[in-house]
Amino acid sequence: MSAESRDHMLLTTPFHSRIQQACEINDWGIWMGYTTPNAYFDVELEYFAIRSTTGVFDLSPINKYRITGPDAEAFLNRMVTRDVSKIGVNRVGYAVWCNDAGEMLDDGTIFRLGPQDFRLCSYQRTDEWLGWCALGFDVQIENESEAIAALAVQGPTSCTVLTLAGCADLNQLKPFGIAHYEFEGVPLAVSRTGFTGDLGYEIWIAPDKAEAFWDRLFEVGRDYLIKPIGSYALNIARIEAGFLQARVDFVPAEEAVRPGRTRSPLELGLEWQVDFGKALFNGREALLRQRDEGCRYRFVLLDVEGNKPADHSFILKNGKTVGTVTSAAWCPTAKSNLAFAQIEMPHGAPGDELVAEIYYQRELHWTRLLAPCKVIDAPLFNPARRRQTPAPPH
Amino acid sequence: MTDYDAIVIGAGHNGLVAASYLAKAGSKVLVLDGRGQPGGCASNRQLTEAVTVSDCAQWLGQFDRDIIKDLKLMEHGLLLGETKQTIALQADGNHLTLEETDVSGGGLSADDQDAYRRFRKQMNRFAKLIVQLYKKRPPKLVDQNWHDRLTLLKLGLGLKLLGREDMRDLMRIALINIYDVLNEHFDHPGLKAALALDAVTGSTMGPRSPNTVFSYLHRLAGNQLGQQGLCQVLGGMGALGEALAQAARSHGATIRLNSPVQSIMKEHDRVCGVKLDSGEQISAKIVMSSADPVTTFKSLLGYRHIETGMARRVEHYRTRSGTAKLHVVLSGLPEFSGLPATSLSHRLVIAPSMDAMESMLNPAKYGEVGGQQLFDISIPSIEDKALVSDGTHVLTSLVHYLPHSPKEGWDSLKPRVLDRLLDQLEGYAPGIKSLVTSAELLTPADLEATFGMTDGNWHHGELSIDQALMMRPFPGATQYQTPVRGLVLCGAGAHPGGGVMGVAGRNAAREILRGGHLS
Repeated sequence: MSAESRDHMLLTTPFHSRIQQACEINDWGIWMGYTTPNAYFDVELEYFAIRSTTGVFDLSPINKYRITGPDAEAFLNRMVTRDVSKIGVNRVGYAVWCNDAGEMLDDGTIFRLGPQDFRLCSYQRTDEWLGWCALGFDVQIENESEAIAALAVQGPTSCTVLTLAGCADLNQLKPFGIAHYEFEGVPLAVSRTGFTGDLGYEIWIAPDKAEAFWDRLFEVGRDYLIKPIGSYALNIARIEAGFLQARVDFVPAEEAVRPGRTRSPLELGLEWQVDFGKALFNGREALLRQRDEGCRYRFVLLDVEGNKPADHSFILKNGKTVGTVTSAAWCPTAKSNLAFAQIEMPHGAPGDELVAEIYYQRELHWTRLLAPCKVIDAPLFNPARRRQTPAPPH
Repeated sequence: MTDYDAIVIGAGHNGLVAASYLAKAGSKVLVLDGRGQPGGCASNRQLTEAVTVSDCAQWLGQFDRDIIKDLKLMEHGLLLGETKQTIALQADGNHLTLEETDVSGGGLSADDQDAYRRFRKQMNRFAKLIVQLYKKRPPKLVDQNWHDRLTLLKLGLGLKLLGREDMRDLMRIALINIYDVLNEHFDHPGLKAALALDAVTGSTMGPRSPNTVFSYLHRLAGNQLGQQGLCQVLGGMGALGEALAQAARSHGATIRLNSPVQSIMKEHDRVCGVKLDSGEQISAKIVMSSADPVTTFKSLLGYRHIETGMARRVEHYRTRSGTAKLHVVLSGLPEFSGLPATSLSHRLVIAPSMDAMESMLNPAKYGEVGGQQLFDISIPSIEDKALVSDGTHVLTSLVHYLPHSPKEGWDSLKPRVLDRLLDQLEGYAPGIKSLVTSAELLTPADLEATFGMTDGNWHHGELSIDQALMMRPFPGATQYQTPVRGLVLCGAGAHPGGGVMGVAGRNAAREILRGGHLS
């Protein structure tokens, strides 16, 4: 932490000097106690950088835990709902974890750096829960959130830009793979991961080389129209790609105060993440019960008619409220008006036709719109380049 | 095909009771214990070739009469002595004699004597309500079924039938401390302390600790279920262990002593048996653990085999105990100042005042040993001559409050503390030290090592309202069955808790039979 940042309540990331320069409209937000840009110059242009060229997002505030030791895999396997043994070395897996009641605590990614060496990236601060989970396991857990700077480099030209920045043969890296490089004498890890649903990478580097790497990236990326992007643009991209956001699409169980406000993975469309074949994981008994007895909610993607985002809308079925929207956006590339909603069971099966009650205002004039919408079973944006190896050249 | 229907870990009284009821219902049951004799805390200790004494528990008062009848323990050799009075020894020799409903001596005022009668009656009315709850599995307050609803309904009805004043009083005092309640009723400091002792035995609570009214009611509830007054088991408490083992065997249960269980085994998502220290593996449909919850979940099963929230609850479960055991072999019968020889066979307690009790607790809280302790003394050899050879006697006493792990360590401290305890006894029984031929102090740490109870706590976890009834030992494991399939709790860590009652073992067995878990 620099002396300068101690003068403020908010922390700054290792990229801050560059971000401050790039942030033309001074639109700042707070993420995990860090001051982070909501937007640099124009939300839509930033969004289009992700989809058409390369968008760079400062990921540094994300919580990073290094988990090592003989029981590291067993430890994670008891903690998260999926089977961690299926994540190979130098591979990344999405994971969710619950408390004993099967309520979602958080979601994140597990990077397997070695047979007994993992990095867990979580949305929430998770130190205490990890400590409890470690009881009875031979593992070491280190919070390395501040020891690693991270950038998401996302978009069709991202592979080319990173290759020019020194990541040779990056196009050979498969989705969810990790490649290791060196940058100015320090290790640089690149994972083919992201929160945009596009071709994209995340880079992990020591904080003291953060600025130098940023400079290199923007220098080689200039011709490829590389742009920094803020959290608003990222939010549109992640909704378009169908990604959940903790604290937005579900309340992490440790934060929920009111009974019944938490959600289980089964109620968030994450059945595919829950491996009941495992003999034990946190929440297994409760989730088995819920699987047999039925969920209260179903998490759905809605294709909403028109172009007015269904933010915070009630969802109606035959005039009766059956759910609410948690995230919504007009998605420019998919050219659709998408919303995530929690729908009371038994409503919301794929194909179900519902109505979103949308309120919007134009020049002090409020309009109530009853927009028909349809439950779709997959996100509408899913480009081939996201999966292709080698990554297509641009 | 499994080796047994059920394996019971621990041949303590609860383990044996559970095994007996299961075996009686036709199940194939194996009881395993690391020690060489059955009974757990209800067992004997051979102090010398000629002297035997009850090792941990020394009085029987709470052992459920229905269990004695159901398991025909009398036919299996259980013999109980006469009902004892409690004699509260006073420094001035003006001792108090406490019986079920009356108290005398010590220059007590008529007011105090009246108050005692009223107090005991009211407390017994309250305890009667608890007795109802003790006889059944604890009802769940949420996700109830009809069985639980009926229990709650009866409890509600019982509360209502107490009448308005009693109900109000119970609500008022249930969660406060015995210190305040006793001060409301009595003047004599020695009388209050003798009563308060019953509320703190086996714990690290002082009279002013919260939950001590509840622990007092727990004691009275046990008394109602049990012998309605304390008595000795003839032949020592070990004779109860033997009788229970006989009963279990008579129904076909197998008991293997000297067979310590190393771990509880799991196959996929359920418990499938146990592994012994010897390496032998034995399979069963269910494993019932009469070990305390911490031993069961942390040592035998292992935290990695349960969900994190449960591990967290086990870690937070309070098991501290400040109770130690003193065994003294005497070359003759001691004389206590002001006490007729005919009273020596009764329960003798040393507890000067409730404030003194609090002062005695303070050092123990911080890992130190104070100069004065509380005593709960039995000289069993007076009534039961078979325990000793001619002329000698054995004195055994519960001692409060000694820390489990003093900062100095017990090795160097123990001889000094033992001396100090004998000195303290000398103050009440001049000349007793010259009669001592051998003496032994079992600290809470020794009790832990000997009986495998975490922190040496014979309640298998502090008996406070947040760890009792529908929350014993902790949410998720409250109706004997645990979140781990096939693992059942049947010891004092399960409802209704500690003391030589046998109720936890019986309730657990009933719950298993009722649920058809062995068919």
